[in-house]
Amino acid sequence: MGGYVAVILTGLVMGTLGRLYLLRVDYRQYPSYPQGYMVHLALGFIAAFLGAVAVPALLAKEYTAVTFLALAAQQFREIRDMERESLRNIEKTELVPRGAAYIEDIAKAFESRNYLAMLTALVSSAVVEFSKKPVWGVLAGLLVIFLLSFFTKRKRLKDIAVVRPAKLFFQGSILCIENIQVMNVGHPDSRKIFLEQGLAVMIEPKDDNARATLANIGQRQAIAHDVAALLGVKRDVNEIDFTPLVRIDLKTGKVGLVIVPMEKDMETLLKAVKLVPVLESTRRKPLKSKAGREASD
Amino acid sequence: MENVGLSEVILAIVTVDGTQPASGVPVFYAKDEEERNKIASHLARILSGMVHDLENGTYVIVKH
Repeated sequence: MGGYVAVILTGLVMGTLGRLYLLRVDYRQYPSYPQGYMVHLALGFIAAFLGAVAVPALLAKEYTAVTFLALAAQQFREIRDMERESLRNIEKTELVPRGAAYIEDIAKAFESRNYLAMLTALVSSAVVEFSKKPVWGVLAGLLVIFLLSFFTKRKRLKDIAVVRPAKLFFQGSILCIENIQVMNVGHPDSRKIFLEQGLAVMIEPKDDNARATLANIGQRQAIAHDVAALLGVKRDVNEIDFTPLVRIDLKTGKVGLVIVPMEKDMETLLKAVKLVPVLESTRRKPLKSKAGREASD
Repeated sequence: MENVGLSEVILAIVTVDGTQPASGVPVFYAKDEEERNKIASHLARILSGMVHDLENGTYVIVKH
């Protein structure tokens, strides 16, 4: 057993480091910082441990031990449920809700990151076992972490669309962003505040795939949520006029966002919109099909 | 439904149009436009609704 200490330890450390690395990347959407951090670190540790003992267990001809990996996978699905549940519970308390698609995406990311911890531990412990040098295990672990975090990296809105400032005006009582009629704003005072403090941007999809993705309601709600989280929003429970709205231009598929932010700053608004993640569950690729390509020309 | 659906409800109507008949929703008659705006903004805050303008002298307070 003594010979396996280095093997298991390397795997354990690398797996946990991998989880820690991605927790750091994830801070913006993290719902509850210190406690949630602890929970996910502990679960990442367990995942790493399971990954690390798999190779030594196989070599010791303990084949049943490997079935624990399957059991672990089952357990980690619970993480997705846990995150989804907690995000859905706090959804009612958000002035601008995340929306179901965003929640699903975050929950999925948390689940997949435990598999990353497990896989990293598995690979680095296997490398240590066969090369007999922990250094190689560490390097292999780092490689797996970077490769996987690179491939599971979300696209940002700036990758699929061009974001530019847009003009905001009223047509009678209807609030418009260029060609998009957003909504009817009845009260003259509210209209004045929109004109004085409101900001609008136009998000122009780069191709038909992007257009289909941006049309998704979940994606649009995610934009509204993220922008409101970063710039603040003039909205309260009984003051709903200034809810940020994301509406689509039916002719062109462009998407307009209107918000009355706490900080009226177009530059930061553009930056915030560009940083919004493209949700996995809303991504569409009509151009990958023959029908979609034909429809686009 | 979390994202879409028929969730809008007309909570009240505020109007300067005396011929607007009272029906299923409460109707508030205002003397002039200034009073209408005031009533509408009070009602919107009380009911957490939003004021919409039908552009015929009538405001509706809608819950979204």
